[in-house]
Amino acid sequence: MTQLALVIDLNVCVGCHACVTSCKQWNTSGTAGPLADFNPYDKDPTGAFFNRVQSFEVGEFPNTQTVHFPKSCLHCEDPPCVPVCPTGASYKRAEDGIVLVDYDKCIGCKYCAWACPYGVRELDEERQVMTKCTLCVDRITDTALPEAERKPACVLACPTNARLFGDIHDPDSVVSTAIRENAGYALMPEWGTHPANHYLPRRKTERHIHADELTRADNPLKVDGLKPKPPKSDPALDDVMSW
Amino acid sequence: MNPKFSVILLTTLIGAGQGLFIAVFAVELGAHFGLVTPPIIPWFYFYGALLSLGFTFAGLVASIFHLGRPSRAWRSASQWRTSWLSREVIVLPAFMAVTALYAAAHFLNWNGPYGSGEGGITDPTMLLGFAGFALAMILYLCTGMVYACLPFLREWATPLTVVNFTLLGLASGFALAAAATLARPPLVRVYAACALAFTIAGLLGRLAALARNARLRPKSTIQTAIGIKHPRIAQKSQGFTGESFNTREFFHGRTIAFVRSVKWVFLLAGFVVPAVLLALALAGAPKATVVAAFVVQFAGLVAERWHFFAQANHPQNLYYQAVA
Repeated sequence: MTQLALVIDLNVCVGCHACVTSCKQWNTSGTAGPLADFNPYDKDPTGAFFNRVQSFEVGEFPNTQTVHFPKSCLHCEDPPCVPVCPTGASYKRAEDGIVLVDYDKCIGCKYCAWACPYGVRELDEERQVMTKCTLCVDRITDTALPEAERKPACVLACPTNARLFGDIHDPDSVVSTAIRENAGYALMPEWGTHPANHYLPRRKTERHIHADELTRADNPLKVDGLKPKPPKSDPALDDVMSW
Repeated sequence: MNPKFSVILLTTLIGAGQGLFIAVFAVELGAHFGLVTPPIIPWFYFYGALLSLGFTFAGLVASIFHLGRPSRAWRSASQWRTSWLSREVIVLPAFMAVTALYAAAHFLNWNGPYGSGEGGITDPTMLLGFAGFALAMILYLCTGMVYACLPFLREWATPLTVVNFTLLGLASGFALAAAATLARPPLVRVYAACALAFTIAGLLGRLAALARNARLRPKSTIQTAIGIKHPRIAQKSQGFTGESFNTREFFHGRTIAFVRSVKWVFLLAGFVVPAVLLALALAGAPKATVVAAFVVQFAGLVAERWHFFAQANHPQNLYYQAVA
């Protein structure tokens, strides 16, 4: 069984929104049709996005951390949005675990959005169908692309490599390794949705320096623990050079 | 949640329609067993079923307005194995069809054994009435479960949701039946008494739900939403400065005081005032009080349903606390 997923490293994300814009660009240009925007260059702009970057302040001044938090569909292993769909438009692909919406079957009743605790489904107000992250299914399965480019647009766009993509059911994949070795966690575990996407926590890189590391133990000038102190009568460097 | 009037009208109108059908069939059943005097209004059952059909049809029309693509609505009958919404979509037209057949059977006078005119428990009208009664009760279950089955909308995820949808539908349906049978004093008294009983039961159920919801503690917090263990987390940006589907669909945008005042409005208009009016009608007040009772109660139940939606606090709102 394959379960494709993203792993997002909050330690590395700088909140640049490159994943948001690349996601929008790819998914508004595909065969599924444009992701509608309204008043994009005007007052009160609005539109459907699959991916958002939010910012949170953790702690109290002056001890604060700004956490940039990219949020998209988590492709839950037990997705609550799928069984509630009355038309079968919302489904989870058996072969790779991607949760998708069949835009030709969706009636736009919004019940799946009610059933998602993460708020990652957005109605396309122009097409009047529910839209959501597809993990760029039309890109990752496109054999016409070079192998290295068969990744979601957001992963390729991330300048800090904060987004990893792979199969979390494969223990040796880059995502499984990252989750295992860097304490990856799932969002809102209390609802038993088992999100496939994981987040890596903020990590502090600390180095402990012991006192004996501050002085070079094998310094030949300090063999006896004393600095060499030549008598005053010995020629100094200036005397050597003066002739 | 942001209450949608199409969904509010759907649930209140079909609830009253189902209650009215049950009220009409209850008289046929009661008359069969000699519990109530059979109505002498000509075409009582026919017009009663037709009025019920009118309410459920109006509810069906209202429901179309909350769909993005109504032309594909037929597809929504396919997932009855998993989706309560799909089950509701199947049971509502089935109930309407049986109501129409019940009206037709009475119109054709099929209330003897297979049309003989004698009357019996196996009459086509009686069998259709039993089927309609069963479908009406199943429809209350489906409508309630559409909301009660979502575990993280904790204000809804309780059996009280189903109980209250049923009781409030029955109360308004019997009040409607009383208002529609003004000209027939013995019948109007039976209906008014039943409507009063259902209204009081509904009030108790709704108060129980309000008391339960007042004591709810949120399971999801900003800490579980972004997975950071710290008591002080404040959102600084939701990622966009305008609106989105998430800010429109899940926030009602009203003040707490407004929502609280709607609660008092629906408790008074949906329960207390109609109960007093129905009691007055039973005590011999002018007949028109039952009409007033139904009108006030229906308006009160619309407010009740608005509050039902507005009170539900979706966990996704944790991600949309600050624009920038």
